[in-house]
Amino acid sequence: MGGSVSTSHDMGLHEEQLRGRTQQVFFSAAEDENFVYPWSYEVDYDKAADFDAADLSIEQINVKIRELMQSGHGSITVKNPRAKHSLGVGILNRLNLTFEGSLGYFGCGLIDGPNVRITGRVGWSCAENMMAGTVVIEKNAGSLFGAAIRGGDLVCKGQAGARVGIDQKGGTIIVGESVGAFTGFMMQRGRMIILGDAGDNLGDSMYDGTIYVAGKISSLGVDCVETELTDLDQRYLKAKLDQYGMEAPNGIDKIVKLTSGKQLWNYDNLEPTEKKLVL
Amino acid sequence: MCGIAGLIWKGGVTSDIGSEMTQMLQALKHRGPDSTGFALYGKGEEGVYVLRFKVAEQEDMASGFDIHRQVIERKAAVDTRLEEMGADVTAREDATEYAYRYHFKFGGDLKRLIDYIEDIDGVEILSVGKGLELIKDLGDASVVSGQYGLEGFVGTHAIGHTRMATESDVDIRSAHPYWAYPFNDVSVVHNGQLTNYWTNRRDLERRGHRFMSNCDSELIAVYVADRIDRGDNLEAAMTRSIDELDGVFTYLVATSDQLGMAKDVMAAKPMVLYESDEFVGLASEEVAIRSIFPREIDTWDPYQGEVKVWAAA
Repeated sequence: MGGSVSTSHDMGLHEEQLRGRTQQVFFSAAEDENFVYPWSYEVDYDKAADFDAADLSIEQINVKIRELMQSGHGSITVKNPRAKHSLGVGILNRLNLTFEGSLGYFGCGLIDGPNVRITGRVGWSCAENMMAGTVVIEKNAGSLFGAAIRGGDLVCKGQAGARVGIDQKGGTIIVGESVGAFTGFMMQRGRMIILGDAGDNLGDSMYDGTIYVAGKISSLGVDCVETELTDLDQRYLKAKLDQYGMEAPNGIDKIVKLTSGKQLWNYDNLEPTEKKLVL
Repeated sequence: MCGIAGLIWKGGVTSDIGSEMTQMLQALKHRGPDSTGFALYGKGEEGVYVLRFKVAEQEDMASGFDIHRQVIERKAAVDTRLEEMGADVTAREDATEYAYRYHFKFGGDLKRLIDYIEDIDGVEILSVGKGLELIKDLGDASVVSGQYGLEGFVGTHAIGHTRMATESDVDIRSAHPYWAYPFNDVSVVHNGQLTNYWTNRRDLERRGHRFMSNCDSELIAVYVADRIDRGDNLEAAMTRSIDELDGVFTYLVATSDQLGMAKDVMAAKPMVLYESDEFVGLASEEVAIRSIFPREIDTWDPYQGEVKVWAAA
């Protein structure tokens, strides 16, 4: 480790583009074609609409959102969602979507592009497999918050349950208060910022990616190690938290940075001896 | 993937908990449509026990040979044995053709009375208590609630369960809640699977406890009852269960004046909690709590290994 240029073999945040066997094309904001699908709706952010979801079924609410997008509405407010499941899922469009209330399980899953704001709480598996966009939750979140997300920013201003960011493959998850056990389990890429305390087995079996924790850590999982918080990390954290009006309770320099120790990386060995040592 | 729900009014407040629990469980119907059960805690009369028992399964009633005559015989046998033991039955109600609700006064050994009644073939006691009334049957919450006339049941706290059968049969004996035999007024609902069921069951059976089903959730009721019998309070018994029971579980326990919840160390099963100065509501999904509080409320998920107990008074 060390040296002036950090590479992908170093732990955590780095600037190196991957080459060679693992080369692949990642999302880049500069490429226009990444922004819209050919079948996406033309929407105008200034054209606003709202509707009351109290007496509508899950399917009716999701269809209603699509109908409003089809008629060009770029800002949609859903009132009284009353913790129904699977609301606002599969939106592959740019859109300002607001839920005035709480969502149940699987809220805003499989989305690519919209900016969502939820004034209440969300249940299990919020924003599962999100590709791009932002989801901001004003209150608490359930377990499996941001499971397998691949991109975008997912923000919970309150506390979240267990297994936050399990299988995370990209993007950023920010939690304003504490998180439960097995947070960052098998995390593969991306960043997670936890401003409160973290539960048992944090970052268990993580492959890669970075977890920042401002509060107390109950215990670290297998192969999750603490590493040095660099200037680049601090600049990144400052910029990211400023975007959502959030602050580290004891200052950014007190944040602990965790990455994979890569002791479980035995992809080339048929009978790894190291694995036996770790497990 | 069963659904569980609990509610408790604090500070001695009473409410129509029958209707409230029916609404909560109806909102959880999609988590398990096989059977629904209620444990409702009312005020009760001084010195009077409420006995809920059944003399046949719903399936037997539809297909069993000669069942209608047997049902009458079994009920008569219960009456005889209650009289033999010196219990003074003050009221008798038929909830269905096979399930009954008795009021009785009794000064002797309750466990002996219960064992003697359950010794009759086909008879199962669902609950005995001064405040507890335990109702369970096949069907969703509104069906069971309508059948047993639960709307308008006034009380302080309740737990309930909608069941998707995974570990045992679809019948009343495997439905929740479980009454913690032989302790009056203790009941349990559970969502999850226990992996050391047989080890614990054999241990508890050696201590003389009885199991009516092969359902793993019954073990929790018997386990908690056993711990209370050995001097633990409810919170201590539940805290110990986190270590001693293996598997994934979230469960609720209610006693005559308390409601408790416990979650396993993996936090694998859901539970949403809403707490205000006068009311605590818990359910597998927030929709259940919203069914009685349509306005915006603050809720959260309890963490792994957490045990919480609230008192009604």
